Amino acid sequence: MDVVVCVKRVPLTEEVDLVVDEQKKGIKKDQLAFVLNDWDNYAIEEAILLKEKHGGTVTAVTVGNEDDEEVLRRSLAMGADRAIRIEVGDVSRFDSFGISKILSRVAKDLPFDLIFTGVLADDDYYGMVGMMMAEQLHINHANMVTAIEIEDGKARTTSELEGGLGEVSRIELPALLAIQTGINEPRYVSILGIRKAAKKELKVMDLSDLGIPDEELSPRTIIDEVYLPPETEGAQILAGDADKIASDFLEILTKKGVME
Amino acid sequence: MSELFVIVEHRLGETRDITFEMLWKAGELAQEPSYSVTAVLLGHEVNPVVESISDRADKIIICDDERLKNFNADIYKEIIAGLIEESKPTLTLIGNTSWGMELAPCLAVKAGFPLATDCIDIMFKDDKLIAQRQMYSGKIFSNVSFSSSAGYLLTIRSGVFPKDRIGDRQAQIVQKDFPLKDMALKKDFIEFVETAAGDVDISQAELLVSVGRGIGEEENISLVKELAEALNGVVSCSRPIVDKNWLPKYLQVGTSGKSVSPKVYIAVGISGAFQHMAGLGGAGTIIAINKDPKAPIFRTAHYGIVDDLFKIIPVLKDKVLETKKG
Repeated sequence: MDVVVCVKRVPLTEEVDLVVDEQKKGIKKDQLAFVLNDWDNYAIEEAILLKEKHGGTVTAVTVGNEDDEEVLRRSLAMGADRAIRIEVGDVSRFDSFGISKILSRVAKDLPFDLIFTGVLADDDYYGMVGMMMAEQLHINHANMVTAIEIEDGKARTTSELEGGLGEVSRIELPALLAIQTGINEPRYVSILGIRKAAKKELKVMDLSDLGIPDEELSPRTIIDEVYLPPETEGAQILAGDADKIASDFLEILTKKGVME
Repeated sequence: MSELFVIVEHRLGETRDITFEMLWKAGELAQEPSYSVTAVLLGHEVNPVVESISDRADKIIICDDERLKNFNADIYKEIIAGLIEESKPTLTLIGNTSWGMELAPCLAVKAGFPLATDCIDIMFKDDKLIAQRQMYSGKIFSNVSFSSSAGYLLTIRSGVFPKDRIGDRQAQIVQKDFPLKDMALKKDFIEFVETAAGDVDISQAELLVSVGRGIGEEENISLVKELAEALNGVVSCSRPIVDKNWLPKYLQVGTSGKSVSPKVYIAVGISGAFQHMAGLGGAGTIIAINKDPKAPIFRTAHYGIVDDLFKIIPVLKDKVLETKKG
């Protein structure tokens, strides 16, 4: 079972004050820490689990600059066999469609039975690269996958639907599966593990080597402006010391009729 | 006259709420006389679905065939691409649901149209289409525009538009035959499975104490359990807690878990991603406890405590126990 996993490095934005950049096209990222996109972490783990069960290879691929190699090294440390980074210069000039084109072009030359992406990326929340790749490669696909079994050369997948329902399907390979969080428990990666994985192959390709005509990569979706959420009335914040807060808290519960 | 397509989402014979929400938005846009609302309904034995929307669209295009009994993104894509070519709608709206998120990108590639997913509003500014979205878990908003195209695809977040009827419409029904001869891709539906069954039903609880990622470690969950116990409430949680296997799926509030309607919902260390908030529509009062004052949950919560949960929860618990004793 050869699996190609598309991964992305994203900024950590929880418990951080985000600042819009001068051009109002994005956020200031110089003070932010970066991690492997949560969904992609599960996707890498799932690929490695399949490899451990059925043999084969795992290839991690990302589109980005040298800093983005960090998530490839992490993937290699988790157990991927090799990694590919596609150097494209300023990645922000591409939309999801452009990225899907680039990744499809790279995947085409790789042996694969399955391609994994995360359902979403934690930054832009578009969640469309995976399915666009499936359409460009003319292969089967399933979204929000929470379980995979390989049976007789086919994949039996469970897709998460709304309201606590799962949809079980059987699909022929090759296929692209968008992996949902919670499908497995991603393994821990130590600094030593990452250092050891430095010996594994990390190939850098240049966009110009892929032979994709420029006009095919021009963005169809353009960010006009980003901004902080419009002010709402918001929550009434309980102020004062802990004791005062606790008294107010109790008063609310009593008023709402949930304190006996 | 240009059509606005709404792709009808239905499951097990029932029209999904997202369909009504999209029809509301399309109806609002169609108050401009140059637009009309066309619902596109693929399925098998869909009469109840047709009835549920017949006064919300100007036209319903129905393709009723056994092969459409179960949702299949690839078949949907092929048929809808054909309908788009025929009717040339300006906009096609699809739910940003598990199914819609699979269908829309494929359709965008097939039709060659720009796509923006998970939109929370749609506007026309000087004839230019603008979609409003959120990024970075709702901490940033963005306005997105598009390269010039014959048509545009948007997927719409659940719960952002009303489910109400808007305007006075009586749909003309257009039946279409199943147009496809061979299906290139092979994907077979097997079954639906319940993923959130369990012995506690949080949807019935009057008081929920809900725990999220901010709890940090599995052993800290006892802190929240103790507060719930002191309050005779029930423990629930957000998705990351289930993903980590710290609590079972049936305790999860949100889109992929349960919808709840307690009198009071206490959210501990929950940032307030929309998938979570979507399960809280019926909640009476929401009290959020989070150390990040910019956490999106404070936008919708009624009361907020901006503090380290490890400091404040024990104080709250002691106060509750003390009051009960006295």
